[in-house]
Amino acid sequence: MNKSEKRKINRRDFVNSTLRLSFGIAIGSIGGILLSNTIKSKTVWQLDPAKCVQCGRCATSCVLSPSAVKCIHVYDMCGYCDLCGGYFKPETKDLTTAAENQLCPTNAISRTFIEDPFFEYHIIEELCIGCGKCVEGCGAFGNGSLQLQVSHNICVDCNQCSIARDCPADAFSRMAIEEPYTFKGFSSDDDEV
Amino acid sequence: MKKKIIFLILLILLSLQVYNALSGPRFPKPEFESGHSQPTTQSPSPRGIIFEYIDVLLLIISLSIASWLALKKRSRKGIFWLSIFSIIYFGFIREGCVCSVGSVQNIALALFNPNYKIPLTAIAFFIIPLIYTMFFGRTFCAGVCPLGALQDLFVLKPYNLKSWVQTLLGIIPFLYLGLAILYAATATDFIICRYDPFIGFFRFNASFMMFAIGGIFLLTSVFIARPYCRFFCPYGVLLNLVSRVSKRHMTITPSKCIQCKLCENSCPFGAINKPTQIKELDNQKTATKRLIKLSLIIPLLAFVGGWTGSQFHENMAKVNNKVRLASQLYFQNDTTLNINKNSIDSVEITTFETSGKPKEQLYAEAASIIDDFYYGGWIYGTFIGLVFGLSLAGLSVLKYRNDYTPNKATCFSCARCMDYCPVEPDE
Repeated sequence: MNKSEKRKINRRDFVNSTLRLSFGIAIGSIGGILLSNTIKSKTVWQLDPAKCVQCGRCATSCVLSPSAVKCIHVYDMCGYCDLCGGYFKPETKDLTTAAENQLCPTNAISRTFIEDPFFEYHIIEELCIGCGKCVEGCGAFGNGSLQLQVSHNICVDCNQCSIARDCPADAFSRMAIEEPYTFKGFSSDDDEV
Repeated sequence: MKKKIIFLILLILLSLQVYNALSGPRFPKPEFESGHSQPTTQSPSPRGIIFEYIDVLLLIISLSIASWLALKKRSRKGIFWLSIFSIIYFGFIREGCVCSVGSVQNIALALFNPNYKIPLTAIAFFIIPLIYTMFFGRTFCAGVCPLGALQDLFVLKPYNLKSWVQTLLGIIPFLYLGLAILYAATATDFIICRYDPFIGFFRFNASFMMFAIGGIFLLTSVFIARPYCRFFCPYGVLLNLVSRVSKRHMTITPSKCIQCKLCENSCPFGAINKPTQIKELDNQKTATKRLIKLSLIIPLLAFVGGWTGSQFHENMAKVNNKVRLASQLYFQNDTTLNINKNSIDSVEITTFETSGKPKEQLYAEAASIIDDFYYGGWIYGTFIGLVFGLSLAGLSVLKYRNDYTPNKATCFSCARCMDYCPVEPDE
């Protein structure tokens, strides 16, 4: 079989291989272009409490219910106040744990007496819906030790975070996996001591 | 009384201001005398990066197995069990993200936005199935993609669709892909992920709406097999194109087709090409005329599509958050428009106003996004016009075939047809 005959027989194959080659080159070049702009490490969604305006959408926009955003208590920043702006409703007179006094709609903050006049507040993660009401209260009156954060044991790491899409303050972004939490006015490194 | 309270509040606020000026928290952390030890702040760590590499490795392994099962082993049973594995691992354990279908958007976003750093796994999930398809056909669809595998379980009583219905519905994925790329490239939204109908099942968690859509897809799949794969999947478009020229492909018969017609209705996806009769072939004259007509119609369709797309660019841009905020701000004080004040989402506006960013900057950014959408609209529309034109041309092109063969573009390599073939393999 000479060369020209061979080509004649396999015309369709020839077209196919040419197209395949061009697809291959296209796919390869897309990969090549993008490879220069990748991150080796993984990234995860996190919100910046400094930008957060406590609009309450973290509670409603997440694909999970309850949301993967939780209030996280940065104990190092807490003043252990008796009158906690994050725990009590603004007009509360008796500082008791009665339900009508509490700001939290799901009773997710526990208040325990430590010593006079200090109280410790603890977030019960299973109950927290990430509405940010306590965060707003603590930030307005207290130290701002209650902060909203994406809890990475719950977050399913969607390709596009649906809260990020709805966040009015543009507070969500992808962070390197080595530093998955951002606390306002406090770095998590100190926490590990 | 009220005045007193206000005075007191003012006093407190003032004192706080002074305190703030001295720096440090408003209420310093107490030194406990009772020896109370402070609990540590909880910060559970995310899934380790090693799992990402395991995902890619499992993808490669399952693609290899799927290709082997479809082309060499010719085993429907094997592909079935592989798809069960995919549903369990890529679906329920992995909970969906990132999948090959969605990775199209990451690629588009990364190509148009140098600021976006794309994860290596997203590139891998995009490219690896395409490479396999280039050599072995759409074995990814057969039993690796969890979305396809889940629908495949529901293929119980499939009805064949008329070929023109199939062609017409087959255009939808192109529309969807184009739109998804347009929105991803303009960093607006990832619509494929947002409207993924099955991810809710994999997570046991979704809005009622998404559960309903997913349920409808699965129920439809009983009668119209794999509706999402055939008539919506945007990644399927790419696999479809690449698979047409695949080096090898699954075959219905292990050796030579004896034209027994047993496999004719075996494909639930209508992806078997029947042999063509000689008399169906056109004479040269009408074929030439049609070629001339098509060569005029296709560019015209592309142009009309592009123009139409560009006309709708503002509507398409409204999905973008920045554009929406800018238009809300711009029109909020315009009384002539008679906008219901409550309908405007005021959280965005108040947030923007407190952020201290100048309005002009936002307007400029929004204008540039709308500009992008104008060009994007042209490209998208032209693409759609071309797809319509070429589908039309495809309908009138008659390829001469001797035997029953799988349609390489739409065949999912599920291997169902093989069981119908009585031909024994050559030894």
